[in-house]
Amino acid sequence: MDLGSIISILITSLMAMVPIVLTSVGAVWSERAGVVSIGYEGVLLMSAFFGAIAAEVTGSGIMGLVGGIATGIIFGILHGVLTVYLKGDHIIPGIGINLLAMGVVPFGILAYWGTAGQHQVAVTLWSWNTKYGKISPMVFVTIAIAVITWWVLFKTPLGLRVRSVGENPEAADALGINVEKYRFWSTVYGHALAGLGGAYMSVAWLGVVQKTMSAGRGFIALANMVFSGWNPLVALLGGWLFGFFDALAAWLAPLHIIPGQFILMLPYIMTLIIVAGIIGKARPPKWDGRPYKRE
Amino acid sequence: MKSSKSDALKFFNFKALIESLIAIFVGFLLGAIVLLVFGYSPAETYYWLFKGALGSTNGIASTLAYSTPIMLTALTFAISARTGIFNIGAEGSFYFGAIAAVIFTNIWGNMWFGLAMGMLLGALWSLPAAFLKVYRGVHEVISTIMLNWIAWFFVLWLVVGPYANPNDPNKTIRIPESARLPLIGNTDLSIAFIIAVIASVLTYYLLWHTVFGFGMRASGINPKAARYGGVNPNKAIIWSFVIGGIMSGLGGAMKIMGEPPTYAISQGMANVYGLGFDGIGVALVGRNHPLGIIFAAIFFGMLRAGTPLMQIGAQVPLEIIKVIQGIIVITVAIPGLYDLIKKAFKRGEA
Repeated sequence: MDLGSIISILITSLMAMVPIVLTSVGAVWSERAGVVSIGYEGVLLMSAFFGAIAAEVTGSGIMGLVGGIATGIIFGILHGVLTVYLKGDHIIPGIGINLLAMGVVPFGILAYWGTAGQHQVAVTLWSWNTKYGKISPMVFVTIAIAVITWWVLFKTPLGLRVRSVGENPEAADALGINVEKYRFWSTVYGHALAGLGGAYMSVAWLGVVQKTMSAGRGFIALANMVFSGWNPLVALLGGWLFGFFDALAAWLAPLHIIPGQFILMLPYIMTLIIVAGIIGKARPPKWDGRPYKRE
Repeated sequence: MKSSKSDALKFFNFKALIESLIAIFVGFLLGAIVLLVFGYSPAETYYWLFKGALGSTNGIASTLAYSTPIMLTALTFAISARTGIFNIGAEGSFYFGAIAAVIFTNIWGNMWFGLAMGMLLGALWSLPAAFLKVYRGVHEVISTIMLNWIAWFFVLWLVVGPYANPNDPNKTIRIPESARLPLIGNTDLSIAFIIAVIASVLTYYLLWHTVFGFGMRASGINPKAARYGGVNPNKAIIWSFVIGGIMSGLGGAMKIMGEPPTYAISQGMANVYGLGFDGIGVALVGRNHPLGIIFAAIFFGMLRAGTPLMQIGAQVPLEIIKVIQGIIVITVAIPGLYDLIKKAFKRGEA
């Protein structure tokens, strides 16, 4: 392995970390407030699709990202209403959102662009093209979002209130904090970040919309959230690690050392090992996934 | 026996039935809006969909054939859900059941041997998630999804590599004639459907009429109380994964052994992909009850069986039925749906 390929793997790993980090950071915030969602996989996929449409309709890559965020917000509102206000189960709506995405995106690609399974996005976000591969400004936006989210969550009164409704909603309620309001908007924020990550995949990184393009990243992001101990800064590091395995798999695949299928398994196997190794030490917020009903 | 009948009937409680029917209605309604947005005619689409699914003997046979695998993967989800676990791993066990049927019926061309090995591999593949849950506390949603992807690539390697058909490399070698499931009457429907219904009834009996099943449900409702009552919730969890794996493995094996004319895993594993995920929807609409699942599976099978005619008649992509299914599942997830609707109607009257 020469220096050039090391640099190009590192650059690819930064590009690949973006959707995982954004989704993880969003999930950290949402779970710190006590709301679990497993629908991020579907949100990534649908915002990749709707983000690409938004970019092509407006002719702007930035508007594509905005379209992704809007898609995330819509599903965040849906999940928030079901779990926070109607006190429903936190897992089942996510299953529904994921199933919906598996229908909406293949259907939409065919019905909107008339191509089966895949569409090349005509308008993409600007990026630096180096001889080792392209770098999107979204890499730096993602790092900034992770740092700012960490700072707000742990260093500001707003973050303290968010964490209190996930850790001890009864005490928070007694102090006059509107538990439902904080939980609801935390859910929306979490899904909005996933929406940004999804649109990044189609509009900035890969430049295509594919019906299987989320490829488990929504769930890898959840594993990364557990790995991080619900901390956005560690999630940034962990997300880069997952991005690295992604990049390594992509680099190894054309070399045909072992069958390609075994290399493609790598990110998923590493996720399992890391989560199995770390857990037990990681403690979720106390009221994570539990509906809060006022007595 | 009397008590079993009344218990079976108890499932058909009005509220649950109405909620599932409302969800189905909402699914078709919003599906119609999606169709309109993309410039298709909902009336025409639904007409061809139902005509395809129910309009002929072949259509009905196809409906029941499509309902078979998703009935079994739905049982996987439901058994775990009753034990307090969200097992999304039916998909992976299903692939292993399918490839097991291909591998082992070509060693010994016996139908029962193929089914047994499908169940065995399906159960084995469910064990890592069970142990990770019980001994390492890994959330089963994360582990089963990762295991699904690993299963996908591993079985894909077997499909395109060691077990590829030399005359048709995009497919696997075929199930030998001696191990194929008998067909019913003059149709393409195999006895797989009957076996799936029997599996559902057995699951119902196991969960509601045995001490073992009571223990599983008890630890799903309240693990602490179950432990106090002498049930080990960890054991219940492992058994729920194993039985679930058996069901999906059986589904995968029967999908290949009972599906004329292919009798093989097709290119890109297209004929085994997604049936585990569809099963989750079936389980939720069937209220995680094995007897409800029989009907929910036939309903979802009907949607799938109607698509060929719908694609020809109304020129609509078949994925629209996945959109409808997704909406149905989200609607089922609305807590207290029945009471909400009732309240809305009362407000309307006043």
